[in-house]
Amino acid sequence: MIIGAKIFMIAGLFFFTTAAIGFLRFPDFYTRMHATAKGDTLGTLLFVMGLALYTLHYGIHWFGIVQGIKLISIAVFWFLASPTATHALLRSALESDLVPWTKDGKVVLAWPPKRGK
Amino acid sequence: MEGFFIVITLGLCATILLPLYRGVFGPTVFDRVIGAGFIGTKTIILILLIGVIYGRIDMFIDLALAYSILNFIGTLIVSKYFIRKGAR
Repeated sequence: MIIGAKIFMIAGLFFFTTAAIGFLRFPDFYTRMHATAKGDTLGTLLFVMGLALYTLHYGIHWFGIVQGIKLISIAVFWFLASPTATHALLRSALESDLVPWTKDGKVVLAWPPKRGK
Repeated sequence: MEGFFIVITLGLCATILLPLYRGVFGPTVFDRVIGAGFIGTKTIILILLIGVIYGRIDMFIDLALAYSILNFIGTLIVSKYFIRKGAR
C-alpha cells in the first residue's frame, strides 16, 4: 500500500512538473491553458489518490476510511471544478478577442469568429 | 516515509516557483489569472502534505477543501469580470 502511494505521488509530481514547463514554454494563451488544465487536474487526482492510499496504511480502521472518503471527495470536486473554471476563463478570453497564435503569423480562421446572436 | 514526504514537498515548492514567472510577467491578464489558479491548486496539495507530515491530516483536509472551493470561485469571478476587458 505504501509502494502504491509512493508511485501515485511520484506520478503526480511528474505531471505537475510537465504542466509547469508547458505553462512556461508554450507561445500562446490558449496553448498554455491547454497544458495547464490537463496536467493540473490529473496531478491533483493522482496526489489525492496517493494520500488516500497512505491513510489506509494504519489498518482498516474508521479513522483511515473516513479520511480516505474526505480525500476522494476533494478529488471528485476538483475533477468537476477545474475544467469548469478553465472553460469559463477560455470563454472570457474568446469574448475579449484574443487572437490565437499560428506559426507563420497568419490567422487561419476569420477572427473573431461569428458569435451566435 | 517522513523523508519521502519532505522530498515530495520540496519538489512541489520548486514546481510552484516555475509558474510564478508567468504570473508576474504574463503578457495578458488571463495568463496571470491562470498562473494564480495553478499556484492555488498546488497549494491544496501542499496543505495536504503538511497535514501528513504533522500527523494531523483530519484537520488539514477541511482546510484543503475550503481552499479548493475558494480557488474555484475566485477563478470563476475573475473570468466573469474580465469579459471584453482583457487582452490588452
